[in-house]
This record gives sequence, structure tokens and C-alpha cells, in this order.
Amino acid sequence: MSDNHNGAPQAGEASQVDLEKRNFLIATTAIGAIGAAAVAIPFVKSMTPSERAKAAGAPVEVDISKIEPGTMMTAEWRGKPVWIINRTEEMTAELPKHNDQLTDPMCEITSQQPGYCKNTGRSIKPNIGVVVGICTHLGCSPTAKLQPGGDMGEKWEGGFFCPCHGSKFDLAGRVYKGSPAPMNLVIPPYKYLSDNTILIGVDTEEKA
Amino acid sequence: MTDNNKTGLADKLSKGANEGLAWVDARFPLTSNIKTHLTEYYAPKNFNFWYFFGSLALLVLVLQILTGIFLTMHYKPDAELAFGSVEYIMRDVPWGWLIRYMHSTGASMFFVVVYLHMFRGVIYGSYRNPRELIWLFGVAIFLCLMGEAFFGYLLPWGQMSYWGAQVIVNLFSAIPFIGPDVSEWLRGDYLVSDATLNRFFAFHVIALPLVLLGLVAAHLIALHEVGSNNPDGIEIKKLKDPQTGIPLDGIAFHPYYTVKDLVGVTMFLIVFSAIIFFSPEMGGYFLEANNFVPADPFKTPAHIAPVWYFTPYYSILRAVPPFPGLGSFIPPSQFPGVVAMGVSVAIFALMPWLDKSSVKSIRYRGALYKKWLAAFVISFFILGYLGTVPSNIWGQFGSWFGNADRATVVARIFTVVYFLFFILMPWYTKKDNTLPVPERVTGTK
Repeated sequence: MSDNHNGAPQAGEASQVDLEKRNFLIATTAIGAIGAAAVAIPFVKSMTPSERAKAAGAPVEVDISKIEPGTMMTAEWRGKPVWIINRTEEMTAELPKHNDQLTDPMCEITSQQPGYCKNTGRSIKPNIGVVVGICTHLGCSPTAKLQPGGDMGEKWEGGFFCPCHGSKFDLAGRVYKGSPAPMNLVIPPYKYLSDNTILIGVDTEEKA
Repeated sequence: MTDNNKTGLADKLSKGANEGLAWVDARFPLTSNIKTHLTEYYAPKNFNFWYFFGSLALLVLVLQILTGIFLTMHYKPDAELAFGSVEYIMRDVPWGWLIRYMHSTGASMFFVVVYLHMFRGVIYGSYRNPRELIWLFGVAIFLCLMGEAFFGYLLPWGQMSYWGAQVIVNLFSAIPFIGPDVSEWLRGDYLVSDATLNRFFAFHVIALPLVLLGLVAAHLIALHEVGSNNPDGIEIKKLKDPQTGIPLDGIAFHPYYTVKDLVGVTMFLIVFSAIIFFSPEMGGYFLEANNFVPADPFKTPAHIAPVWYFTPYYSILRAVPPFPGLGSFIPPSQFPGVVAMGVSVAIFALMPWLDKSSVKSIRYRGALYKKWLAAFVISFFILGYLGTVPSNIWGQFGSWFGNADRATVVARIFTVVYFLFFILMPWYTKKDNTLPVPERVTGTK
């Protein structure tokens, strides 16, 4: 019987599976795999913003008293450019007139501005607009073309033009139809500390 | 007397060498590997010009790794220092300019030879059964190479580096729901910053090169398992010498193709040197002018374009209109363009299963296939060109066409052609009038 038995499993033996040993091996492998997956967590987490990067994202205070009507300044918040535009009365009056050319004139997409800025000017005070200067298409910083006309053509009413893919925004950061950018520019949370100072990065308490 | 002495010495040396080789072979399969992959790897004898580009890609890979190692000795992956350290390499490091230009030109030439290598695979049907896995490893190598190029392009920390990375990382934020978190995780910050530069450096110099080398090994192992295709698209292993078992149309890779490839290497190095010494920037196509300006997170350059090898896909990204949104449930999104761009690259992987033709090589295909292939090549070049220029380059149509940018409309048309080449492939390859395929390879005496 044991003539050709040289240690290799024979046809008859192969079908007799040691279920206890197999289950043990399956369980060990599964637990090992879970352990290996758990070890991946610290590595994945290590790539999220560090404490230093988060600290650099603290709110910033900006003095807006020196922005002449019809001009703007750029502040830095979380490393992003934040535009503060002092709109003239004509500019403010112009805003509701081109609503029909905009993708989202009434600011229906709530993620793009705090509740207290859901108005035509997308601002707390009608003349002072505060906008994150990052295009909602692919994150370029649009160029200010505040004055009507100029190199933007006769129909241009003033706003921002993204040089990367040609998205156009009005002076309230609302996107024009036909732009690659799908949404209005983001309005950051901000509040007035005084008439001349705003704090970007902290919400204004909304009155009920 | 002296003659005898000489012979004696030569005999001794040769005997010693044989003993040394036997010692190694008993411990490592040196001789058998040389036989399997070089001296007794039988490749079809009808290889032509197109078969240079595989070995050239390997050459460029070695060049990139070698020059990369020497660049790392001087480069600083730090947002404050990176731009300066590249200029330091260019001006102060002895021969640093040459090593850097070899690396930057090598990146573009890598894509030149890989695109030609892929095109060879397409026209001779090298992706078909039984070479599907070779093709899939190849597509993975191509993706990996695109990653290498993208991560590497951030390192000089110029304006184009910075804004290119900003645009590409933001592509991920278009993914519904998890997108913004994914792109923040990739950047390690709220914007492209020092943290991003540092990790891209890690990906560029260690993570992806390791993956790339592994994939190249898999690509070659799979190739040597099934054997090379050839311009006639027939299997030389079907007809073997009954005595030796060697394919009748096969010749040993070494010395025949090593010598042939040396001719290709010579030609390539002439072109490569000419670019390095006379036009390392290639008129802004290999190194963009804006990248000689340090990165400024507050100022986007007036015109952003990727390096030439990405422009066909970039054109597709720009051409696909955003999703307009659906009520208040689904916000508008630029996801469709991002998906189209991803698919335009990934779709190459499906070719082995999309092609239903009874023949492999273009030599025996009919007019229908050739027309589609020509349409694809034209689309690729036009999209490639449009990706390098602003979308208003050709002005606008009149109000009868919604004042649409002419270039955008053209890009849309050719994006459709690009995808139809793949989508309709099962149909036109089946319907095509093919020619009879020969038993033996042709064009050799």
C-alpha cells in the first residue's frame, strides 16, 4: 500500500479537508488583513492638513477704510486671496439688471455663501463685497476687470475674468451663463468688528 | 615558446572564467536568464522602424533615473527654497544645467517615444490576444508616467508648476460628496503649499519610480512569455523548426536586435542632444516661459496650459460642458468634464476587447478601419494643439450660435470623434473588409 507513498498527498487524501485547520487559517488571514488595514489609517491621516497648516487658517482682521469706491483690495485668508470690493452706487445698481444672464442669480446654491449674504450683492453691506478669489471651476484666481467695457468687449459690465478657462463673474462673484465654472464664487464667513474693520473667517451671528 | 605561453595563459583565463560562471550559475540563474531574455529570445525577423521605441523608452527611463538622482543632490523640496535651488543648479552647480536639461528634455522625449510605441501597438494589433496583459501593463505604465510628469512639474515651483498643480488637484474636488476632502487630503493644506510640494517630491522621486520599475518588469516578463508581435500581426510560434523548436521566422534578440536597437539609440541621441544644446525649452513646449517666474498663490498667469503631452486630454476636459444641476438636490458640477478626461486615457485599456477584427495588423485591414484610425490621429493632434492655446484663440461665432468660442466648438467635435474611435470599434472592425493574412512574415529575404 505504501509503495508510492512519498509524502505527497494522494488522490484519496486530497479530498479529505481538515476543516478545523482551514477555518483557523481563514480566521487568521482575516484578522491579519484587518490589522494591516488598520495600520494604513495613520499613514492616510498623516497626509491631512497638519496642526501648523490648520493654525495658519485662523481668522484675519482687515482694515477696509482705505479702499476707494470702485476699487478693491486683496487680503489673505487660509492662504487664499480674498477680495474686498468697494462697489460704487452705479455698480450696485447694475447688479440686479443682468440677473437673466447668470447661472444662479438668486444664490440658490447655499454652499457658496453664508445665509446672511444671500442677497443680490452677496454681502452684509450693499457696497462692500467680500469674495474668495478662487474660481469654482479649477481653482485659478480670476483677474479683476472692474470697469465696464475695455478689453472685455462692449457688453462687459464689470466683474472678474478667469484667465485659465474663461469663466466670467460679476461684481458680486456671481457666475455668468456659459462659463466653465458651475457655481458662484465663494463668500467667506465674515463679520464687521467696526465700520472700518472686518474679520474674515468668523460668522456674523444671524438675527432671527 | 612565447606563443605556447600565450595560449597557455589564454586557456587558463578562459578556464577560470568558465569556473567562475559555473560558480555563479549554481547559485543564481545568470546564464539561463541571459538565454531566456537575450540570446535565445526569438523575435520575429521582420521588425521595422516602429520597433525602436520600446528599447528607446527603456533608455529614457534609465536617463531620467540617473539624471534625477544627481538633481536630488542639489534640489530643495521646500516652498521657500525650491525655485532658488533649481536656478542654483542651472547657474552654480558645475554642469548642473546639462543634467537639468537632460531631465527636462527627457520628460518630453519619454512621452514622444511612448506615444510612438503605443501607436506601433495600435497599428500592428499588438494589444490583441494573447498580448492583452502586456497592453494593460503598458497602459498602467502610461498612467504612472503621467503621474511622474505631473508631480515632477510642481518641483521647480514656478508659476506654471503652481497653477498647474492647483488645477489638477482641484479636478478631484469635482468628485461628488467626497471631492473637496480628497483634494484637501492630496494637498495637505487648504491650498497648494509647502506641504504639497514636499509630498509631490516624495511621490516623484521614490513612490512612483518604484511602481514604474515594477510595471516595466511585468511588461517585459509578459512579453517574453508570449513572444513579440510583428508588423504582419501573425504568430511566429505557429511554425517552428522541427529539429530545434526555434520559430522559422524568429531570430535571436541578441545579437540581431541589440545591434539594430543601437542604430535607433544613435539616431535618438542625435535628436536628444540637438534639443538639449540648441533648444532646451523647445519654444515653450518643453519648458514653459511662465515657469521661470516663482510661484505666486495670489496671481494666476494670464494663460495656463499644461505641457504638450497632456494637452489632448486637457482639451477634452475644457470641451465638456458642466452639469447644470438638478433642482436643489444635485448642485451644478464640472464632474462630467473630469470624468471625460479620465475616461479618455483609461479607455485605451479596453482596446483588446473592443477590436473584433479577424486580423491584427493594419497591413491586412480594410479602408474602413484606416479611415477611423486617421480620424482618431487627426483628433488627437487637433485636441493637442487646442489644449496649448486659450479657448478664445479663434474668436467667437455670431449670436446665431450663442456667441460660442469657435475653438471650444471645434474641441467638442473632435472630442466626440476621439471617443467614437473607441465606442464604434466593435462595429467597424467587424464590418471592415480585411485581406488574407500570410503564413510567414513578409518583407524579408
